[in-house]
Amino acid sequence: MTYVFVETDTSGDVTLTSAEAITFARTNTHLLPDGAAATSRRVAGDPSGSTEGVVVGELTDDAVAQLGRLGVSVIHHLEHPDLEDYSAAAWAQAIVDIAPESGTLLASGTPRGMELMAHVAVRTGQAMAANIVACDDDGLLRQVFGGTAFERLRLDGDLHVLTIAGHACNPEETTPVTPEVYDYDLTIAEADLATRVQRTEAEVADDASGLTSARAVVGAGRGVGSENGFGEVLELVDHLGGALGVSRVVTGLGWRPHSEQVGQTGSRISPDVYIACGISGAIQHMAGIEGAKTLVAINTDAEATMVQRADYAIIGDLHEVVAAVNEEIVRRKQ
Amino acid sequence: MNILVCIKRVPDIAGAVTLDDAGTGIDESGLGHTMSSHEECAVELAIQTAAATGGTVTVLTVGPAEAVEQLRAAVAVGANDGILIEAADPSVFGPEDIAQVIGDVVRDRAEAGQSFDLVLLGNDAADTGDFQVGIRLAYDLEYPVLTNIQMLTPAEDGSGPGAGANSTAGGSGSVEARGIGPAGTEIFALDLPAVVAVQEGGVDPRYPSITGRMKAKKAAIVEYDAPEPGTGNPRIRLELPEVKASAVTILGEGPDAAPALVDVLEEIGVIRP
Repeated sequence: MTYVFVETDTSGDVTLTSAEAITFARTNTHLLPDGAAATSRRVAGDPSGSTEGVVVGELTDDAVAQLGRLGVSVIHHLEHPDLEDYSAAAWAQAIVDIAPESGTLLASGTPRGMELMAHVAVRTGQAMAANIVACDDDGLLRQVFGGTAFERLRLDGDLHVLTIAGHACNPEETTPVTPEVYDYDLTIAEADLATRVQRTEAEVADDASGLTSARAVVGAGRGVGSENGFGEVLELVDHLGGALGVSRVVTGLGWRPHSEQVGQTGSRISPDVYIACGISGAIQHMAGIEGAKTLVAINTDAEATMVQRADYAIIGDLHEVVAAVNEEIVRRKQ
Repeated sequence: MNILVCIKRVPDIAGAVTLDDAGTGIDESGLGHTMSSHEECAVELAIQTAAATGGTVTVLTVGPAEAVEQLRAAVAVGANDGILIEAADPSVFGPEDIAQVIGDVVRDRAEAGQSFDLVLLGNDAADTGDFQVGIRLAYDLEYPVLTNIQMLTPAEDGSGPGAGANSTAGGSGSVEARGIGPAGTEIFALDLPAVVAVQEGGVDPRYPSITGRMKAKKAAIVEYDAPEPGTGNPRIRLELPEVKASAVTILGEGPDAAPALVDVLEEIGVIRP
């Protein structure tokens, strides 16, 4: 069977990236270790065996229904007062305590998912493979070099511990099921609480969640010129009800916070449209936007990588072009 | 506070990559090398934290002889000395091996009188992206570990409930660590000695001064030979993504092309009413 660590947002809903990971688990017929596949296929007709969710903390009715629509047959619900404040070690041990001895245990490749699976891998004595994008007869395939290459690998052991690269697949609902919810009596070791969160400053919210779920993202690079050069771009973000995403150069210059950075060391996004304004297309940035369904480039350089990789492009100064786009949107709304 | 920062020599990739003849690595012949961006921030955090506490910064790498360049680059911006664990081909090591190798050296340096209160790493390396060496190292050393950390502030009184609890390091006291979590900035109180994996974004790496470059040339670098890999790397081969031919539709030049783009945005359905 395959266990998926499910992340929920502040409303208790299943996050987009977890929905992707569940879909990946449900639809991949080669995901299980060789030894596990023959012994744990509990659901007839599902070649990957059952897909089961692991939720730590509050489990809302909406989340249960969501997971059912995603094909999750069982939800392992881990709730304990000592798990309310996040501690990677305590959460990981709780997952280890209920995890199968054979099969696959995976999470989305978010910071939380990566951290927990690494702890789980150590505590179960397993290897871990991060950022998986596919698996087939030849083994697992994962992103390396920031997504510019893939590594083909095989893991030993009866339990595979994996993270799934962001946007490795689209979340897909299936024939809804009513998940069984298993609750557990958990014992949390004091030593595992040594690194729990003391407090969270929510007023400095992580914009990355908005970035990764936005249907439209407007990207801005060095071409904006200065930290005061985002006016037109932010107005376009507002017209689209989307999010701003910036290149590493922009955060490196201190013009915008790192939470808005898109790319290898920032957020990986999969909007319906990404409008790259004044971004040349460094390989590290391209790694973050490969999930975009439509790519638009606005750039003075027609030979820029971003333009060559785009679906649509306008050649010109981003300030002039974006201002004109804003004016046109306003005109059409009137 | 004495701090060890683990860094990695990685290819400085700006464009498309090609594979080597064996298909198990990328062709690095035309590429420069650097350290991973998270690690640049880890070095900066270490320098700031050591300066605030009157401590030292030692940088360590597992890599080929040429990786001494990255160690000296860290010394040029403020680290005190370096440790090179020489491995001609570090790609044969898996994350568990690397953690073990570093752990052994930390213990060896402690026996030699060089103990570390804090071990910093980057969240993950720019090439392999494994995201587990720091956590595996912490378990090996039996230290607490945090990842995704962007800021560190030493506790004012220099003490903490776990002060001096582990004999491997001379660590004592605690630090406040801050990182970005799903609901905002998360703040941790971390007893030392500890391992922290650093996420880019909290500090800006500094540039080396002329004095720093001069100091780097003379810095002491302790060298070790890497042992044979234990678990090894499960890599079978590398593969490159399919190269897609450009199919861009040029909507026009300058502001006159704006209506054509708005048409596209309306078709996609992303303009807010």
